[in-house]
Amino acid sequence: MTNSFPHPYIPNSIRKIKEEMMGEIGIESIEELYADVPQKFRLRRRLNLPDTQSEHNVRRFVEELLSRNDTCLDMPIFLGAGCWPHYVPAAVETIVQRTEFLTSYTPYQPEISQGLLQALFEYQSMICEITAMDAANSSMYDWASALGEAVRMASRLTHRNVALVPKILHPERLETLRTYSEPAGIRIEPIDYDSETGQLDIENLKEKLSGKTAAVYVENPTYLGFIETQVREISEETRDHGALFVVGVDPTSLGVLEPPGEYGADIVVGEGQPLGIPMNYGGPLLGIFACRDDLRLIRQMPGRVVGMTTTLKEGKTGFCMALQTREQHIRRERATSNICSNETLCSVAAVVYLALLGPKGLKELGETIMSKSHYAVQVLEKIDGVKAPVFKAPHFKEFTVNFGGTGRAVSEVHRGLLEHQVHGGKDISKEFPELGESALYCVTETHSKEDIDSLVSALEKVLGRES
Amino acid sequence: MYRQARWDESVIFELGREGRRGHIIPDVEEEIKKTINDTMRLLPKKLRRKKPPRLPELSETEILRHYIRLSQMNYSVDLGLYPLGSCTMKYNPKINEILARSLSIGMVHPYQDEETVQGILEIMYKLSKWLAEITGTHEVSLQPAAGAHGEFLGTLIMRAHHRLNNKLDDRTEIIVPDAAHGTNPASGTMAGFKVVVVRSDENGCVDLEALKSAVSDRTAGLMLTNPNTLGIFEKDIEKIAEIVHEAGGLLYYDGANLNAILGKVKPGDMGFDIVHINIHKTFGTPHGGGGPGAGPIGVSDELAKFLPVPRIGFDGEKYRLDYNRPHSIGKIRCFYGNVGVLLKAFAYILSLGAEGLEEVAEVSVLNANYLLQKLKEIRGFDIPYAKNRPRKHECVLSVDKMYRDTGVRALEVSKRILDCGMHAPITYFPLIVKEALMIEPTESYEKEELDRFVETMRTISEEAYSNPEKVLNAPQNTAITRLDEAKASHPKTMTLSWRMHLKKKD
Repeated sequence: MTNSFPHPYIPNSIRKIKEEMMGEIGIESIEELYADVPQKFRLRRRLNLPDTQSEHNVRRFVEELLSRNDTCLDMPIFLGAGCWPHYVPAAVETIVQRTEFLTSYTPYQPEISQGLLQALFEYQSMICEITAMDAANSSMYDWASALGEAVRMASRLTHRNVALVPKILHPERLETLRTYSEPAGIRIEPIDYDSETGQLDIENLKEKLSGKTAAVYVENPTYLGFIETQVREISEETRDHGALFVVGVDPTSLGVLEPPGEYGADIVVGEGQPLGIPMNYGGPLLGIFACRDDLRLIRQMPGRVVGMTTTLKEGKTGFCMALQTREQHIRRERATSNICSNETLCSVAAVVYLALLGPKGLKELGETIMSKSHYAVQVLEKIDGVKAPVFKAPHFKEFTVNFGGTGRAVSEVHRGLLEHQVHGGKDISKEFPELGESALYCVTETHSKEDIDSLVSALEKVLGRES
Repeated sequence: MYRQARWDESVIFELGREGRRGHIIPDVEEEIKKTINDTMRLLPKKLRRKKPPRLPELSETEILRHYIRLSQMNYSVDLGLYPLGSCTMKYNPKINEILARSLSIGMVHPYQDEETVQGILEIMYKLSKWLAEITGTHEVSLQPAAGAHGEFLGTLIMRAHHRLNNKLDDRTEIIVPDAAHGTNPASGTMAGFKVVVVRSDENGCVDLEALKSAVSDRTAGLMLTNPNTLGIFEKDIEKIAEIVHEAGGLLYYDGANLNAILGKVKPGDMGFDIVHINIHKTFGTPHGGGGPGAGPIGVSDELAKFLPVPRIGFDGEKYRLDYNRPHSIGKIRCFYGNVGVLLKAFAYILSLGAEGLEEVAEVSVLNANYLLQKLKEIRGFDIPYAKNRPRKHECVLSVDKMYRDTGVRALEVSKRILDCGMHAPITYFPLIVKEALMIEPTESYEKEELDRFVETMRTISEEAYSNPEKVLNAPQNTAITRLDEAKASHPKTMTLSWRMHLKKKD
C-alpha cells in the first residue's frame, strides 16, 4: 500500500494531525485506544478484502459488472408482481439527489430539519388524498412488511388472533405476513376464490368470519391483476363481525379506481415503488401505511409520523415528529413496532411524483395503463392456444396468460421468448397449480405498442404459429 | 455566523392553479386508441373513482422550486458536523451515488431470468462474503431493509433455533442491557419474547453478576452492542458470551457501533452468533433523512440454515438464487434486499479496501477520544462512567452539573448548537446518563471542524453560566424557532395530514 493514504474520505489520516490529537489525549499510539479489547480476540492479520482503489478503478469495475445485466432498455420486459416498471420523471431524481435530503437523518431536531419534515407531511397528506384515508405514516419498508404490521396492529386493537386473507395473494407477501404474525400468535387463514372470476368467495368468507377474526384483508387490484368488485360487501361483513378491514393498493390505480377510504377500509397498505422509485432489482421499495381518523387506530400505528404544529413563541406553522411515545426509542419493549430507519427518501420521491402528476395526471396514468394492458390482452388472445386473462373480471395493469392450449410449459415458452430478446411475465404455474401453465404479465405506460407487438410476434415464433 | 434559509414556504396544497400540470404521461398510440376506447368503461361503474384525489395542480417549475426551497431548510452531513451518537453520520461518497443511478440497476426487475442479472448477483454475492469476513460470521443475508429489520430477523432466527431444539416453549426471554438501543427490546417483543433488562455496572458495562442472575433456562438470547452506547468496549465479552451460551442462549450483536472495530476485532470471534450490520452507518451509504438503509445479518455456521430465502449461490460459473432451504424462516420482505443501497456499500468497500477500513476505525476512535478529552474540561460538563478508559466511536457527555448550576438542560444545549451551524448530538440517551449528549464524530470530519465544535460547546457553557437566556431561547438562526411538540401529539390538535388540517379548521 503506497498510494492510498491519506485517504480522501478521512481528513485526519495524516500522521502530523494524528500526533497532535494523540498529544492532546495523552497517548503515543492509537493502539492504546484499543488496549481494553482482549488480546485473544484481536485480529492479527489484514482483513481479507481487496486493496484500496482509486475512484476511477472503482467506477470502471462496478460499471463493468453492472453492464452484465440486461434491462428493460435492452428488451421489453413484462414483469410486475410487486415491483413495476414506471417512468421516473427527471424532477423526482433531481429532488432526491439534493444532498440536503440525501445526507440528513431522522429529523430529531425539527428546527433545523423543517424541509424534510414538511416534505414528509406533504407525502403523508397525498397518500391520504389518493387512498381517501386520514392519517398516514412516513413510510414502511415495503408492502409486505406493511401488511405484516397492519395485521399485528389489528390484533392489538381487537385482542383477536385470526386474519383472513385472499387465497390469491403474492406468495412472498403471504410468507412475510406469516413471519410477522407467527410470533404474535396470529393465525393466517386463506379465503377461497371463485374459479371463474377470481373474486373472493363471499360464502367462504362468511363461514370463516368469527369472534376471533382480527382483520380481513383484500387487495385492489389483486395480485393477479384483476379488480375485486365486491369490496363493499366484504367491508360490511367485516364490520358486522367487529374485525378491521385492511386493504392493499397499487397507488397507480387510484386515479381511476375507487379508493379504499370510500368503501370502509380501516387500514390501507400498499407499494409506493411505482411513484418515482426505480426497480433496482427489487429494493428499496416503499411501504404505504394509512388509517382512519380514529385515535385508537392512530395510537397503534407503527413507524414515524410527522405532524403540523406551531412555534412556541410566534405561533408560526411548522412541522415535527408526532406521537413518538409509540416508538422504540421512547417506548422500548412496549413500542408499536421496532421500526427505526425506514424508506424516507422514497417517500420524498413519491410526494414529488404525485405533485407532478396531480389529480388529472394520476387519472391519465391509470387510463393509459389500462389502454395498453387491454390492448396486450386483445392481441395475445388472438394467438391460437393462448388464453388471456384466465379470470373473467375487469383488470388493471397485470393479467394472467395461460399457455395450456399450446401444449407448452410456461418455462419453455419464456426461454424461447428470451432468445428473441423479449422477457415474459412471472411464471405462476407452481404458485397456483390450479391455474395450469399460467404466467402473470404486466403492462404499464412505459410499454409501447411496438413492445407489445414484439411480444406477440416472438410468441408466435416460439409457438410455431408464424403466419 | 450561521443562518439557515427561511422561505416561509406554503404547504404544497395551497400552491398552484387549477389546470396546471407538472408531467406529461406517455401517449397511447392511435392504433391502440382505435381498439380500446373509453377506458373508464373497462371498470365496473361502482368501482370507478368518483371524486378525484385532492392533489395540488402545479407546473414542473413550481414543484421543483418548492422542494428545492424545502431542501435548503434541511441540515445534512454535506453541510457540516452531524454528531448523532450511534448513528454514524459519516461522509457519503459521491461516486457511489453516480453508480447507483445507473440504469443498469434501476431498470432491472427482481424476477428477471438469472442469466440476465449475473452482474448484480455477483455484486451481492461478493458483498455478502466481504461482510462475513468483516464480522467473522459464516453466512450473510442481505435482505433486511434496516438495522431494526435485521434485529427482527435475528430474533426470529433465535426462535427458529430454539424451536428446532424443541425448546421454544421454554426459551421465552430475551435479555438486553439497560443501556441498549431502543430497537433491541422492541425487536425482542416483536419476535414474541419477554424482555428482561440487566443493569450496567459502575463502569457502564454489563454487570456480570446481574447477568448471571438474569440468565436461566428461559433465556433465548442476549442482545448486545460492543462497543456499547457509552462508547465503551465490553471487555468482559468472553465471560458474557460464556454465561449466555452456558445457559443455552444465543448472543446477538447489534452492529450499530461496528465502525470502531473494523479490522480490529470481529464480532464472530468474540462469540456472537448473530450479527447485524447497518450499511447506512458503517459502510457510508446516505441516511436519506431516515432511510432507505440496509441491515444485513451474518450468522454462525449452525444458524445459516435459518436465513431467509433465496440465498445467492455460485457454482464457479454462474450466480443463482437458491430457494431450497427447508429450515429457512421464510421471508421478512419481498425480493432480495435494498439492492440500490447495497450497491453503494460494495463500491465503498472497494474504495477503502482492507487498510482503508481499518483506518476508518482508528480515526473514528481517535476523533471521539479527542472530543472527549477537550469537552470534559469545559465547565458544567462531565463524562460519566469509566473515566480512565478510552472510548471507541462515541462518547457520552452529561451536562447535569450545568443544569443544576444554571437551569440549562441538554435539550437547550442541543438547540444552541443548531444556532452555530452544526447538528446536535443525540440527547437524553443512553437512559443511564442524566442530561446526556451522545456524540459520535466519525472519521469524516477534519480536526478543524472538531475544534470548532469544542469552541461552540465552550461558548455555550459560558453563556449558560453568564447569560442563560441566550441558550434558553435557542435556536434563533434556524429556519424556524422552537416548536410546540406537545401540540403535535395532543388528541385535540394532532394534525397528521392536510385532510385532518382542513377538518380541524372547519
